[in-house]
Amino acid sequence: MNIASLAPLAVVLPILGAALTFALNRNPVAQRVVSIGFLSLTLLLECWLLASVWTAGTASVTLGGWQPPFGVVMVVDQFSSLMLVVSSVISLAVLIYATGQGMADGDREAPVSIFHPTYLILVAGVSNAFLTGDLFNLYVGFEILLTASYVLMTLGGTGPRIRAGVTYVVVSVVSSVLFLIAIAMIYGATGTISMADLAIKLDGLDPGTRNLLHVMLLVAFGIKAAVFPLSFWLPDSYPTAPAPVTAVFAGLLTKVGVYAMVRTETLLFPGDTLNAPLMVVALLTMLVGILGAIAQSDIKRLLSFTLVSHIGYMVFGLAMSSVAGLAAAVFYVAHHITVQTSLFLVTGLIERRGGSASLDRLGGLAKLSPLLALLFFIPAMNLAGIPPFSGFLGKLGLLQAGIALGTPLSITLVVGGVVTSLLTLLAIARVWNRAFWRKPEDADYPAPILKDTAAVGLLPRTMVGPTAALVVFGVALTVFAGPLFQLAGNSAEQMLDRTAYIHSVLGGNAKVPEIAAPQSLQGGGK
Amino acid sequence: MSVNLTLLIVMGVLYACGIYLILELSLTRVLLGLMLMANATNLLILATGGYAGLAPLFNKSTDPRDYNDPLPQALILTSIVISFAVTAFMLGIIYRTWALARQDDIQDDAEDRRVAKTPSFDAEDDSVVPEETSEFPVTAVTEAAKEGGPQ
Repeated sequence: MNIASLAPLAVVLPILGAALTFALNRNPVAQRVVSIGFLSLTLLLECWLLASVWTAGTASVTLGGWQPPFGVVMVVDQFSSLMLVVSSVISLAVLIYATGQGMADGDREAPVSIFHPTYLILVAGVSNAFLTGDLFNLYVGFEILLTASYVLMTLGGTGPRIRAGVTYVVVSVVSSVLFLIAIAMIYGATGTISMADLAIKLDGLDPGTRNLLHVMLLVAFGIKAAVFPLSFWLPDSYPTAPAPVTAVFAGLLTKVGVYAMVRTETLLFPGDTLNAPLMVVALLTMLVGILGAIAQSDIKRLLSFTLVSHIGYMVFGLAMSSVAGLAAAVFYVAHHITVQTSLFLVTGLIERRGGSASLDRLGGLAKLSPLLALLFFIPAMNLAGIPPFSGFLGKLGLLQAGIALGTPLSITLVVGGVVTSLLTLLAIARVWNRAFWRKPEDADYPAPILKDTAAVGLLPRTMVGPTAALVVFGVALTVFAGPLFQLAGNSAEQMLDRTAYIHSVLGGNAKVPEIAAPQSLQGGGK
Repeated sequence: MSVNLTLLIVMGVLYACGIYLILELSLTRVLLGLMLMANATNLLILATGGYAGLAPLFNKSTDPRDYNDPLPQALILTSIVISFAVTAFMLGIIYRTWALARQDDIQDDAEDRRVAKTPSFDAEDDSVVPEETSEFPVTAVTEAAKEGGPQ
């Protein structure tokens, strides 16, 4: 039996776990055990999938016995399995952190009977979005994860969370409606919604219609991925949620949008029809996002703005549609999921130890808790792209690909990328100087808890442990950057080639259409 | 593919009303707008199914071309269920907003307002330091050197 046929379990296991935890809502201990157990099982399965795809290549599973162009398929290739593994590592770490927080605080902030099932449903939605080979099923995956995220966002129902939740829900629903309209129009134009089949049939469409469908999908995914003109909702809504929820949102939700963009750009609309506008959008996302970050005085808001800004790098890599650019983008996605999540988890710890996440109230944390300072410093430098770390390697890959492409626009983006990286360092250094280095009494309104040097109990091991594990995982991405870059390069080649994907779904006889502008494939070899 | 004109006009009107309502400040109207847009989209999906036909229940003696396209209907069913869940959730949020703030309007983000009001001059980052604040001030070091110098 082929291992890939177990792929649907990556969706089914978390849903089963959710059902069980829901049934066990009177028993918090059993809930914790079940949810952590099911997520660990999912992670193991996904590692196995990644290993099998690495050796055996792309594989697909048809669900319910319906033949490919009609039924829903799930496709496991190197990109999707890499995303699955990274996302499960993140969600497992955040789950343990949240459990630790719940045990330490008595679950006032996050009612545990709701939290665990919703969280597992969120994971199922993310896995579904990564695995699916069907456009409408992708929509369903998005809706599963979004509906779960609405609940997590407004957990506890306090005033600020409800206010933030309203913006978030309305914007997400509008983007989903746009996505659904795009699906309907694609079905109207081609008569299919299976992605492999679409890759063949979209090719025969009139260029005007094709561009219309392309732009509709990009706008829908652009809202979800928080790309600049459509990113205003993110810094407005993320910071108010509980720390673990913000962490998992920041790591995963926008990246699912990026994943969908990468998938549709490479599989459905290859060639460079919209590359120039995408590059402009990437540049604006990077610069506007990071300038917003510099203005903030709340660490969570600052990090949300850097999140928006760094989505620009991924869009840049995608917009080059060269193997080198796409490989760097894939690498960058894996790096950014890890680093951004660990930074938000550390911010949760800062909030506990310092009593606030506002830079006007913090000071002297480096002396109060050197471990916390270390946990913040490593991912922060990683995010800013300081040399040994994976952030530097990812950015370097992007810049090399940009220079290899050599158009004036890509060179502008290379410059913009460097500037953004420096400004990220500036924003992060401000946090470091204020929250960690200055004396507590130098803060404008120092939080009273900063005087209490003995309050070690504020940092429970169950919360520091997963955070430290994620930081170590981030460093491991640096140490094993070679194999990871090779994996990213392989998946970029496969995605731009499309043959493996289409053949695995539709059988080896399916004819893969020529890409309209083959010269875009030669932009730099890695 | 033939298209039903009535369906298209109804769809257009629903979209127009939906978009108008979404731009309102009142949350209840925003919710109504979202519901109208979701239903307009359902009509759009229905329209992509092409001509009206028999219910797609398999019968060997029927010509396949007499059947309706079943896929759009399956899609609409899914989308109705999803928009039902989201509408229920939105209603919950709106009720909660009312319970907390006694108003139905979308509220501003207080932190956003605060950041917007913050002047670009930041006392800690930008001001000229008027006096020596270091633990090892330059003047003390030079004085010590002068005192120690002649010996």
